[in-house]
Amino acid sequence: MVDIAMSVNGSTCTGSVEARKTLADFLREDLDLTGTHVGCEHGVCGACTVIVDGRAVRSCLMLAVQAAGSDVTTVEGLAPDGALGELQQAMWDSHSFQCGFCTPGFVMQATAFLAAHPDADEQAIREALSGNICRCTGYQSIIDGVLLAAERTRQG
Amino acid sequence: MKLPSFDYEAPATVAEAVELLAEHQDDASVLAGGQSLIPLLALRLARPAVLIDINGLTELSDVSVTDGQVAIGAMTREFVAEESAAVADTVPLLAAALPFIGHEAIRSRGTIGGSLAHADPAAELPAVARALDAEFVVRSQSGDRVIPAAEWFEGYLTTSRGSDEILTEVRFPAAAARSGVSFQEVARRHGDFAIVGLAASLTLIDGVISDARLAFAGVSDVPVRATAAEDFLRGESPSAELFSEAARLATADLDPPADLHGSPEYRKKIAATLVRRGLQAAVHNADERQ
Repeated sequence: MVDIAMSVNGSTCTGSVEARKTLADFLREDLDLTGTHVGCEHGVCGACTVIVDGRAVRSCLMLAVQAAGSDVTTVEGLAPDGALGELQQAMWDSHSFQCGFCTPGFVMQATAFLAAHPDADEQAIREALSGNICRCTGYQSIIDGVLLAAERTRQG
Repeated sequence: MKLPSFDYEAPATVAEAVELLAEHQDDASVLAGGQSLIPLLALRLARPAVLIDINGLTELSDVSVTDGQVAIGAMTREFVAEESAAVADTVPLLAAALPFIGHEAIRSRGTIGGSLAHADPAAELPAVARALDAEFVVRSQSGDRVIPAAEWFEGYLTTSRGSDEILTEVRFPAAAARSGVSFQEVARRHGDFAIVGLAASLTLIDGVISDARLAFAGVSDVPVRATAAEDFLRGESPSAELFSEAARLATADLDPPADLHGSPEYRKKIAATLVRRGLQAAVHNADERQ
């Protein structure tokens, strides 16, 4: 077992993990942060996307021990007081989900993307989200939600 | 699927990593960005006794431009190379290929050295390395060895790296002043593996092609240089007819694999189309770079 410490949503979290444990499983099983969803478990579906040191990453393709010392943001970190963040609200208003399983991954990928590209157009958003799989919505409502968030941010 | 158990080593220096490799050899796998190896572990296609995590080797993440080439440390993340002005200015073909690799979240972790050491024949970087005659620097306890791209890719997911060696650096030659480049790819959606990909580079002097480089991804168990087409193009002036004949020559001897995304015939047809498109785009790019 390896002792690790990392910042998760602004708080220091510690744990003792097997080296083979992924960051996704550490977040869910050790920290009870079950907002990060685990779909394919081999980096194809994007449901487990979180933000590590400012970049979107697949938490199933990173070992928990590799995140030691990093700054991790999960979907729980976007609504610390229970109030939806701007992107979440825009996606709510756009009905950007049906079953909701893929939603945290989309939200985290879009959060990282919009932070780096606040002026992104629809095509750029589509490409940025192309690594996240949704089996319900047909994607259009998700794109709509992200575009709405970008528009609201620009209008301040 | 959960990863199998392994002994985990996280060396802090290349010297330590090399020592571990000398000790464990074939029993060890080297973990770079993990975007290919961790899926292989999850699917239990790889079951190393020892995992040597080289993410702590900060000495391997430099991008440096020196006398006509760019040396990229093996642990340079793909997004870092993608955002590097040195890469964009000096190796435009590499810069053109990087956005095609996986998705944004994959490029956050994936590394230049990891992709090239994994040597997936459908991946982008192997085709670029082959097209540009990149050089691979590997280190073992007996010292450094430089391997040309033509000798690096030996087969499907197989390179000439010895089991006691670590890839430390990949050297790409700087593009010639009058060159133009293009990376072309047909995939089911952006970020998927290429059904066929093409790295193309042309150097034009007074409207005449002085150097042509074409390398395919996804048509064999290694990236494939189209040398017959390159020889044919040299000394000629660009035209649609010339590029059609180059496409015919480039694909005549191809025997691509079949899978659910396409038959060998379909892949050959795409490959020929990509040669025509890639050469046109490279000429256009050369004009833009003037």
